[in-house]
Amino acid sequence: METKLPPASTPTSPSSPGLSPVPPPDKVDGFSRRSLRRARPRRSHSSSQFRYQSNQQELTPLPLLKDVPASELHELLSRKLAQCGVMFDFLDCVADLKGKEVKRAALNELVECVGSTRGVLIEPVYPDIIRMISVNIFRTLPPSENPEFDPEEDEPNLEPSWPHLQLVYEFFLRFLESPDFQPSVAKRYVDQKFVLMLLELFDSEDPREREYLKTILHRVYGKFLGLRAYIRKQCNHIFLRFIYELEHFNGVAELLEILGSIINGFALPLKTEHKQFLVRVLIPLHSVKSLSVFHAQLAYCVVQFLEKDATLTEHVIRGLLKYWPKTCTQKEVMFLGEMEEILDVIEPSQFVKIQEPLFKQVARCVSSPHFQVAERALYFWNNEYILSLIEDNCHTVLPAVFGTLYQVSKEHWNQTIVSLIYNVLKTFMEMNGKLFDELTASYKLEKQQEQQKAQERQELWQGLEELRLRRLQGTQGAKDGPLPRPTPQVAASGGQS
Amino acid sequence: MAGAAGPRAAPGAAGGDGDDSLYPIAVLIDELRNEDVQLRLNSIKKLSTIALALGVERTRTELLPFLTDTIYDEDEVLLALAEQLGNFTGLVGGPDFAHCLLPPLESLATVEETVVRDKAVESLRQISQEHTPVALEAHFVPLVKRLASGDWFTSRTSACGLFSVCYPRASNAVKAEIRQHFRSLCSDDTPMVRRAAASKLGEFAKVLELDSVKTEIVPLFTNLASDEQDSVRLLAVEACVSIAQLLSQDDLEALVIPILRQAAEDKSWRVRYMVADKFSELQKAVGPKITLNDLIPAFQSLLKDCEAEVRAAAAHKVKELCENLPTEGREAIIVNQILPYIKELVSDTNQHVKSALASVIMGLSTILGKENTIEHLLPLFLAQLKDECPEVRLNIISNLDCVNEVIGIRQLSQSLLPAIVELAEDAKWRVRLAIIEYMPLLAGQLGVEFFDEKLNSLCMAWLVDHVYAIREAATNNLMKLVQKFGTEWAQNTIVPKVLVMANDPNYLHRMTTLFCINALSEACGQEITTKQMLPIVLKMAGDQVANVRFNVAKSLQKIGPILDTDALQGKVKPVLQKLGQDEDMDVKYFAQEAISVVAQRLRKLDVLVKDREEPRIPGADKNLFLIPRGPGEDTGKGPACQLHVNTRDTLAQLEIAELVHFLQSRE
Repeated sequence: METKLPPASTPTSPSSPGLSPVPPPDKVDGFSRRSLRRARPRRSHSSSQFRYQSNQQELTPLPLLKDVPASELHELLSRKLAQCGVMFDFLDCVADLKGKEVKRAALNELVECVGSTRGVLIEPVYPDIIRMISVNIFRTLPPSENPEFDPEEDEPNLEPSWPHLQLVYEFFLRFLESPDFQPSVAKRYVDQKFVLMLLELFDSEDPREREYLKTILHRVYGKFLGLRAYIRKQCNHIFLRFIYELEHFNGVAELLEILGSIINGFALPLKTEHKQFLVRVLIPLHSVKSLSVFHAQLAYCVVQFLEKDATLTEHVIRGLLKYWPKTCTQKEVMFLGEMEEILDVIEPSQFVKIQEPLFKQVARCVSSPHFQVAERALYFWNNEYILSLIEDNCHTVLPAVFGTLYQVSKEHWNQTIVSLIYNVLKTFMEMNGKLFDELTASYKLEKQQEQQKAQERQELWQGLEELRLRRLQGTQGAKDGPLPRPTPQVAASGGQS
Repeated sequence: MAGAAGPRAAPGAAGGDGDDSLYPIAVLIDELRNEDVQLRLNSIKKLSTIALALGVERTRTELLPFLTDTIYDEDEVLLALAEQLGNFTGLVGGPDFAHCLLPPLESLATVEETVVRDKAVESLRQISQEHTPVALEAHFVPLVKRLASGDWFTSRTSACGLFSVCYPRASNAVKAEIRQHFRSLCSDDTPMVRRAAASKLGEFAKVLELDSVKTEIVPLFTNLASDEQDSVRLLAVEACVSIAQLLSQDDLEALVIPILRQAAEDKSWRVRYMVADKFSELQKAVGPKITLNDLIPAFQSLLKDCEAEVRAAAAHKVKELCENLPTEGREAIIVNQILPYIKELVSDTNQHVKSALASVIMGLSTILGKENTIEHLLPLFLAQLKDECPEVRLNIISNLDCVNEVIGIRQLSQSLLPAIVELAEDAKWRVRLAIIEYMPLLAGQLGVEFFDEKLNSLCMAWLVDHVYAIREAATNNLMKLVQKFGTEWAQNTIVPKVLVMANDPNYLHRMTTLFCINALSEACGQEITTKQMLPIVLKMAGDQVANVRFNVAKSLQKIGPILDTDALQGKVKPVLQKLGQDEDMDVKYFAQEAISVVAQRLRKLDVLVKDREEPRIPGADKNLFLIPRGPGEDTGKGPACQLHVNTRDTLAQLEIAELVHFLQSRE
């Protein structure tokens, strides 16, 4: 070992000075960290998979499945499956090319066979099949090459072993979809542990892999009734961890897509467990920073729930208002979009329950200095159904938004917004001229009252502060008697801690 | 203690009784309920003021119930509330009533948002200490039990953090119950709770009786360390540090070490990373014998782990590991068992690994001594100084002082110089910036001669860098160099070169002269400033670029405190007055600002002189000819320095500098 080392380190030393990497010509000085990271040679990753692989045996091609008599088919199938359980190092793209080719051919053949030949899937091959799949797909995902990976901007790391992995996934899928497939037999091997590991793979950075996983998990959910509750529970854990602990999981959109179709199939009335999922998982999911990556799927799930059970509307809308983005305008636009989707399916009886807080928020959005937010909010008035809801409840909605609209119409920097607001105000005028006039008249008064209130508040707090100081001095006097303590405030902060 | 504000407050505050009626609880609660979140937040943050106004009794009977009921608010408000309540014991009447604070905190400990929950737990832990043992069992322990058996995972995770604070003060029967609850949370169904339990395992173990540690904690640890989720397993590694400190060597070897060994070879890189990351703590906890037998082999395998993350984490620990080895036989162990692996890391494929190593490797020289350093380490340093990655080179250079102590820097200077020059001219300005920051250190180590010969020209070249941040750093660098090498050196080597730039055709370079003068004047002192720098600054007042002119105004304001009355009155003031009439708005503004500062300064000088003179020569009111010693010396702490102008000025400059970075980076 030690004797080998010195030569290993020598070749690098001469290479450095002359060959220091020339920065790519298009890289401008400055904030180019992101691009630099990309420019640097891809480091070896996903190597965890090969860590415990040793003594690689040589693979030799076996006869084709279609060439053997039916009596020998299953024996050959087992041998092929065993062959496909041998793992190769894809980081070294020239290593063991022959072996890789043999495995690829065998996998191709398996895919073909399980998809088209009837009578292949008999009970004894199940364990071999599941073992082969497990060996190939289950692995600890490598550390992300880019810790600040942004799914919208950065190129994902693709799985180097994809040429084999894809075939394994394809095989797995066809296996599940085969008319001969028997869940009652398979459930002995596709158990909770298997599903848990399958779910962990959803964190893969490779979108191709997640796409396969999505379809596969969907089939598993469909075929293994006994695993359904467990799958839902584990998804919950993944989401909750994503929301409250890590803020990082690549497969959220895919999992939500599956859940969307699961929710679609929920029986009525909804179980408490499902409602809890909506309120405690789906709604808080809105607070995550990377919402844009999975918002479409999330909004679909939410609307699915509301179409199932309209009484959940109030919960959902209040939840969204609670998590309403305060600084991220991009998310705010998404929230407004989702809100409109919800309003599209809302029942008037539900609308009444949330109209006031909702429209106060909408008004806040209209007054956003970011014109896209303001614009998106104002588009609500282009929606016929929403407009009719507003009209039916204009005695509540109008006062909730009027002050803000009126003020913003005078102050907003963006002309488009100003003219949109004028249109809205005009609609209001036509809707209920009398109420409109009243509100215009009371607007000024309210402004004055607000100022007065602010002043009263200031006085109140000032009074409280004085009282506090006096009390502290009083306490001080009572406590310390003759001892002079000139700094009551210091004493106070010390006393409280 | 805070309790003093309680019952005894009553007589003291008796005079203020009339005030209470001014603030009916309704008004205060209205404030806490305000529609505007910001106002609500403000009110919550002043909750102690409200409580004080209400007095202890009404706080207990009216305010706290209200707070307990209105727990459904924005997380930000809840966070502030959770924090406030931790310091509330005094305001509810002292330790006897501390339990009144538990209901609102209990609800907060079940909230979804992690930060709120954590803060509530923190406050609960704080309050638990204020409970009497009786109250603790009557109120606090039941709360912990309720949380531990809550429906939703949030309350159970919160409970995990509370066991260790109530356990030591509980009776034996209750202790058994607490242990039982903790045990069940360690095998909770949800991984979130198991993670919380695993992360508190070490803390809990510390307060347990040794017997229970062996019979209960170790099995729990074993289970968590082989959990199905790697996120749980890795937390067990952390707990391992605390548990190892409690057990005897034999127990350690039998119970803990096999698990640790297994963690170092876990199939998940996150767990292995954790072992690498906690290596020094583990090493200290298990003691020298086990370190040699078990940890060194584990460390070796971490150093050649297949994941770069793990290797980098291990590389970071190399120095600490070596330092903490028993002195006897340390050299041999390092040379034979650690160095071979380090040598491989020097040529690692991953730059993070190399730079992690480079940041600690120099520290080994003090441990190994001169001969070993020259024989074994020097080749590695030299190789890393030539590394293709600038970060690696920088890390080596930034730790030169360690080597300097052992073998002297001269051994390295041959390779050092090309490395420094290369970094100084690196295409990335962040790299250039980093090396500039080490210049004063290098100058100190290499000595003035070597510096003048090899590095001085670099330092001057940075002054005309095309990135503002570099020019700025170069300016500060000059100041530090002057502090190191003295004014005479400055006068001979730096000042002339800086002043020449005042005639540069590029206005940015002319401004650099001004910035340098700003930075150097104080270090150079009054004489050089007045004689050499001031004339140049004054001359530049006639520059055709407005930016230069208003920077002249700023510079004059900045160096004002260093100048004497004569220069201020006779030279600075007229120029500033002229600039005050400038056609450019900004020039006018800065000139006027400077005029007022200079005028103040002059007045101060005046007053000081008068103060001094009056008792002695009552009639003397003309002082122009007086050059008092006091003001001349007091440049550092005199009244003129308290004008805050300088700070504001630099702030504005910083903002501009940021803007310039930004613009330049986008070019």
